[in-house]
Amino acid sequence: MKRRDFLKSTAVFVSGASVSLSALEIFEPGELLAAVPELRWGFLIDTYKCVGCGFCVKGCKIENDIPIEANVTRTWVERYVVMKDGEVLADSPKGALNGFTDKRIDQNSAGMKQIDDDEIAQAFFVPKLCNHCEVPACVQVCPVGATYQAADGVVLVDRTWCIGCGYCIMACPYGVRFFHPVEKVADKCTFCYHRISNGKTTACVQACPFGARQIGNLRDPNDPVAKTVLNQRVGVLRDEYGTKPQAFYIGLSKEVR
Amino acid sequence: MKNHVWRPLFVVIGLVVFIFLVRMWYVPDDFGSQERGYTFGFHRLSNEQEWKEFPAKYKDSRYCAECHDEKSESLAESAHAMIPCENCHGPALQHPDNPELLAIDRSRELCIRCHSALYMPSSGRKDIPGIDPEEHNVGDMCSDCHNPHNPSLEDM
Repeated sequence: MKRRDFLKSTAVFVSGASVSLSALEIFEPGELLAAVPELRWGFLIDTYKCVGCGFCVKGCKIENDIPIEANVTRTWVERYVVMKDGEVLADSPKGALNGFTDKRIDQNSAGMKQIDDDEIAQAFFVPKLCNHCEVPACVQVCPVGATYQAADGVVLVDRTWCIGCGYCIMACPYGVRFFHPVEKVADKCTFCYHRISNGKTTACVQACPFGARQIGNLRDPNDPVAKTVLNQRVGVLRDEYGTKPQAFYIGLSKEVR
Repeated sequence: MKNHVWRPLFVVIGLVVFIFLVRMWYVPDDFGSQERGYTFGFHRLSNEQEWKEFPAKYKDSRYCAECHDEKSESLAESAHAMIPCENCHGPALQHPDNPELLAIDRSRELCIRCHSALYMPSSGRKDIPGIDPEEHNVGDMCSDCHNPHNPSLEDM
């Protein structure tokens, strides 16, 4: 081999090898678009505005045929009372189905705790519902493909396909899933899929007189929810689980679990 | 190979074929990995449409205003303007066809959802006038004195 040929083929080989395989991959435009769809439902909760009336819980239960008196609910409201000595008390009687009407705080087996107004440093309400996570742990564990995430981000349960094994109920870090006592399947918040897909808002958003709850399209830069999530300081619950929850909270504090 | 090897092997092959046949019949055509991929989108696609067709029970206050415009106009001027009609009157469903009449919730429990006095300094609750339901005219209905559509005490 001549020296000229050797240098030539070396140059060709080196330049060829420096191009990584991924650079030669041909992109499917459809695949790229699917990664950033035009619709991604997200939820925004303003904890300053919530007054703990529980109309959202009542509205949700009626709208979605969840037995009213059964001890399960797709959404609920928690009360947090931070005492001046640092103690944190929290309760959610019946998930706040009938609102918060009692000053005493439900401490389960320890009974109702009476506290003095003077001892309270902070007290507020936190509504909770399914976060429709970007990485939903509950979907990953389903052994039969009954629960899934739709392209618009909403996590749903196929009632004809669910075998009721309860894995998803255990997997959810937020405890939003439960066993439906009538349908006998796993159940959860659907973001009122039947309402948001037909131009309405969710039952809980509509029932809230104070605008503490909002739902919107996170991909639309003109959507009020997307604007707030992008431009203001919002928090999410249990970020450390890596589930990328899509329910955002204004006024979240470290006491909230 | 000898017969004692082939015979059980035929049984196994038959079983596998049978399982595949049952699977073809049992698994719906639209079941599989959808937009969100195998990990998050493995499901029966038509279930999304089934959820979209779930019947809605709540209309909204604009629907009520189509007929009850007088009521909704007077409510709009009061301090209760932000409360949706259906919070107190129940879901509209197919009203006025079915049900013909909506039940009106006049219970004290309804009003004290907001108006039971709680000390909640870092929440919107602090801006709402409140009473102690165990002392304030026990046994009476709130609507005996307060008009829910115009709760202002000056107009009482």
